[in-house]
Amino acid sequence: MLKCRVIPCLDVKDGRVVKGVNFVDLKDAGDPVESAIAYDAAGADELCFLDITASHENRGTILDVVRRTAEACFMPLTVGGGVRTTDDIRNLLLAGADKVSIMTAAVHNRDFVREAAEKFGSQCVVVAIDAKKVSPGRWEIFTHGGRKPTGIDAIEYAKEVAALGAGEILLTSMDRDGTRVGFDIELTRSIADAVSVPLIASGGVGSLDHLVEGVRDGHATAVLAASIFHFGEFTIRAAKEHMQRAGLHVRMD
Amino acid sequence: MTVVIVDYGSGNLHSAQKAFEKMAADAGMRVEVTSDAEKVRRAERIVLPGVGAFADCRRGLDSVPGMVEALEENVIQRGRPFLGICVGMQLLASRGLEHGVATGLDWVPGDVIAIETKSIDLKVPHMGWNTLSPRQDHALLKGIPTGDDGLHAYFVHSYHLKAADPALVVATTDYGAELTAMVGRDNIAGTQFHPEKSQKLGLALIANFLRWTP
Repeated sequence: MLKCRVIPCLDVKDGRVVKGVNFVDLKDAGDPVESAIAYDAAGADELCFLDITASHENRGTILDVVRRTAEACFMPLTVGGGVRTTDDIRNLLLAGADKVSIMTAAVHNRDFVREAAEKFGSQCVVVAIDAKKVSPGRWEIFTHGGRKPTGIDAIEYAKEVAALGAGEILLTSMDRDGTRVGFDIELTRSIADAVSVPLIASGGVGSLDHLVEGVRDGHATAVLAASIFHFGEFTIRAAKEHMQRAGLHVRMD
Repeated sequence: MTVVIVDYGSGNLHSAQKAFEKMAADAGMRVEVTSDAEKVRRAERIVLPGVGAFADCRRGLDSVPGMVEALEENVIQRGRPFLGICVGMQLLASRGLEHGVATGLDWVPGDVIAIETKSIDLKVPHMGWNTLSPRQDHALLKGIPTGDDGLHAYFVHSYHLKAADPALVVATTDYGAELTAMVGRDNIAGTQFHPEKSQKLGLALIANFLRWTP
């Protein structure tokens, strides 16, 4: 039976982890590769790097991080942030990423999703959706960290990118991101039920119950979280044990 | 002793290379990623990876001069141990039915068909960690806990190999229906999952492959 996945996400800026992992004795808590190795050993099902490097000159730093991670970790790796062209995707895949998540570029040009899927296969194309509630039962896509509205309906957009070849959707509720009050379950379920591809729920995790809710009530096939893991509040193992007790199927290898 | 990983332009071979290198070092073997048919012809062990669409991978393989012939010679005639991974495993089939029909190597007769699930809960691609149900004993699974309580393998695929001869199916995985997870015939083996991404199970399988004397 397929297990639901628990995915820690690390924000990486100029090749360094923004909020360093703090649950094991690392020589360098700011080194994304050391954090990746720690999560690999801790039983994470995948790892996600979000590159938030702002300056163009430093954009290459993530490639080095991905390359070194792929040498040390034998687990799936998704990388996102600033992916605009098929060359960006190719470079990340060649460096060792298994999946690449695209966001703004897909919002501006849907055809980019189709092009990426045709060139590299749907299995490595993740479309990231940042959505905010605008009225009851309606969510819109926002870009620029949730600051810029696009007027695009999130559910319709999710269906569209799935039809264009996205192999997975990474959904973040911008209303919940950073709040620690839990996923926007209504949003998550609305999109998960509307598409035939797997969905990763993100944004708002503050407790282990939230992870359970994302899968059980939100119908997500994977849950992504950052801070609850990075600061040692909960281990991946504790998260999975909690999910298992709630009746979910997780991998405990 | 040289293990070659065939590079025919199908995606990233970096992680496959690193995983095989890690296990090969213990066995005193050398791993080489190559697009040189001559090296594939002479290799002691051959790994054929592959990601993306079946037809693209087939075109990629055909575009390397002498590659298919080198594989036929070394694997079929000389019987050297061979492992296909993901689309590299699917290419063993007779035909791939992804975006039209493309021919495979026909080493494991059958078709590569779309995964059809009956429930909206079962998404496609089949993506993530699943357990293996062995259909027969196989050297590559030796010592690896399988079954519902066994270790997990990492899958990501929308198509699967439906073997014409069930006796060539080594293991299946349960995703609403039984999907082919692993095939084998003589010195030829193929995994739908990615051993290089499957942590414990994957590294154990790679170690078994490097020791395999079919």
